Amino acid sequence: MVTLRDFKKISDHEWEIPQSFRPGMRVPVRVFATRELLEEALDDLSMEQAVNAAALPGTVGAVIVMPDVHQGYGFPIGGVAATRYPDGVISPGAIGYDVNCGVRLLGSSIFFEEVEPYLDQLATALDHYCPSGAGKKGGVSLSEAELDQVCRLGARWALKKGMATEQDLRRTEEGGVIEGAETSQISQRAKDRGRPQLGSLGSGNHFLEVDVVAEIYDAEAAQVMGLSEGTLALAIHSGSRGFGHQICSDYVQSFQLAVRKYGIDLPDRELVCAPMNTPEGEAYLGAMRSAANYAFANRQLLAHQARQAFEEVLAGKVKNWHLHQVYDIAHNIGKIETHNVDGVQMKVCVHRKGATRAFGPGSPGLPSEYQSIGQPVLVPGSMGTSSWVLVGTEASMERSFGSSCHGAGRVLSRNQAKKRVRGDQLRQDLQNEGIHVRAGSMAGLAEEAPEAYKDVDRVVNTVSGASIARKVARLRPVAVIKG
Amino acid sequence: MQKGSGFKEIDHTADWALSVWAPSLSELFVQAAKGMYWLMEITLRENPRVEREVVLEGADHESLLVNFLSELLYFGYSEELGFDHFEVTVEDTRLAARLQGAPVQEQKKEIKAVTFHNLQVRQKPEGYDVTIVFDV
Repeated sequence: MVTLRDFKKISDHEWEIPQSFRPGMRVPVRVFATRELLEEALDDLSMEQAVNAAALPGTVGAVIVMPDVHQGYGFPIGGVAATRYPDGVISPGAIGYDVNCGVRLLGSSIFFEEVEPYLDQLATALDHYCPSGAGKKGGVSLSEAELDQVCRLGARWALKKGMATEQDLRRTEEGGVIEGAETSQISQRAKDRGRPQLGSLGSGNHFLEVDVVAEIYDAEAAQVMGLSEGTLALAIHSGSRGFGHQICSDYVQSFQLAVRKYGIDLPDRELVCAPMNTPEGEAYLGAMRSAANYAFANRQLLAHQARQAFEEVLAGKVKNWHLHQVYDIAHNIGKIETHNVDGVQMKVCVHRKGATRAFGPGSPGLPSEYQSIGQPVLVPGSMGTSSWVLVGTEASMERSFGSSCHGAGRVLSRNQAKKRVRGDQLRQDLQNEGIHVRAGSMAGLAEEAPEAYKDVDRVVNTVSGASIARKVARLRPVAVIKG
Repeated sequence: MQKGSGFKEIDHTADWALSVWAPSLSELFVQAAKGMYWLMEITLRENPRVEREVVLEGADHESLLVNFLSELLYFGYSEELGFDHFEVTVEDTRLAARLQGAPVQEQKKEIKAVTFHNLQVRQKPEGYDVTIVFDV
């Protein structure tokens, strides 16, 4: 077990478990946390999992842990690991079951006061246009050939169908499509799960949220993003649905054999992996990219559907009801990027699970309008609490493989949350605070209660204290839609 | 270890976990299946009753268990079927099962994946036990 004594303090916001801590570790573990958050993180297996991840063949630099960390499968949620490309490994567990689970934020010129009388209607319309809930089908039903196109084109597929703008795509990580998606190594089972679900929100911790921009911290960056105090914003948190889950399941299963074949010894079966320059590794890379593109398309469709809801309720009632894209980020993904590791420019696969890319100003892959401010980083809080918009910094490129936190991080298990919180009471409490809630399941709502999560403000203060991201705006929720 | 056979929900930070125990390996698999359906809060229609047979392979018992439960989930996604009676035979790397059930009437929750997290089928004098974590 990892204890506080095993950490070396680097600063108030940065701690390190040295590589010498345990045999098998190829790199140290670097944790971004305050002392308080670090102590809390020691309550579950997150740090053990981070130490285990440091044994992945080809890992370089350090395994990075974010302040919202909690234990996951094999790899902690709120973790980043970079492996040398192409001979290092790729690990589905270090990316996550919900490939490209991520967040999209849209902004507007709609002032809260103008729409307050219509919020309840808006919540109902959003619930109607954006299907959510267990096993629900999506807004679009795809043939196998269309699914193939979605996998190759990502959000660009939606553009071809008239459900996206160029600005939407330009202001999305990777322009909404990752090159190198390959569908031939995806199981029939995964395809069957993916075909009916495009354009749906899902369940669990996925949601759609109408926010008000409550406070601006960086006026210039907020202006570039089109976020003004007192205006409405819309956040969409969703991923690749059953498609991504099945792909991850399939590869975690098949990599059980790959690790034996390649003589890879790992402390946790969920960390199974394969070198990227093997048929198995290449197959997963191609499949993972397909799932990532499906998720970009999914969030694009959800945005399109949400825009329809806004039009239905607000057209004619407010002057300009349009929603414009701020940005769209992935927080469960593997990306081939070039980073400086110990003075050497190196191509690596950056695995981010519950962690967000946070590239600084001037970085490659950013749209021209964001070059001067850095990449927007979208950090949703728990239901009923603030969400944050940050930007990436140069320091994040140096300290965390250009990564930052992704959200609040859970502290209570779903079981514990359900026992402590009653869904209908929670809905009433939120309603009393002026937050309109549409939830498909009361138990599901209880599991997502704010007290089940860390305080997102503390998480955000830590990453900004460590300079790996900078605050731009704080948003407060006024409507939440979840399955 | 508990006597007899059964399952119960246990704590896991982000998802759902079950503790399962049984006097035999085959019964362990049956209890795991029943526990999974219980977590999903599934009710089956009375009619029509259906039967399915599956034969699966896996590297070891843990792989077989993940494979078996994933197969049951898949019947749910693809045919909207659930099962309440199971006859299971488990060998080292092979499983054969006869499933009886019906179309799903209601399902309150969704399980997206069965994980290998901490998955270890343990054999004790009284029988077998395992902890299974599901991704939701």
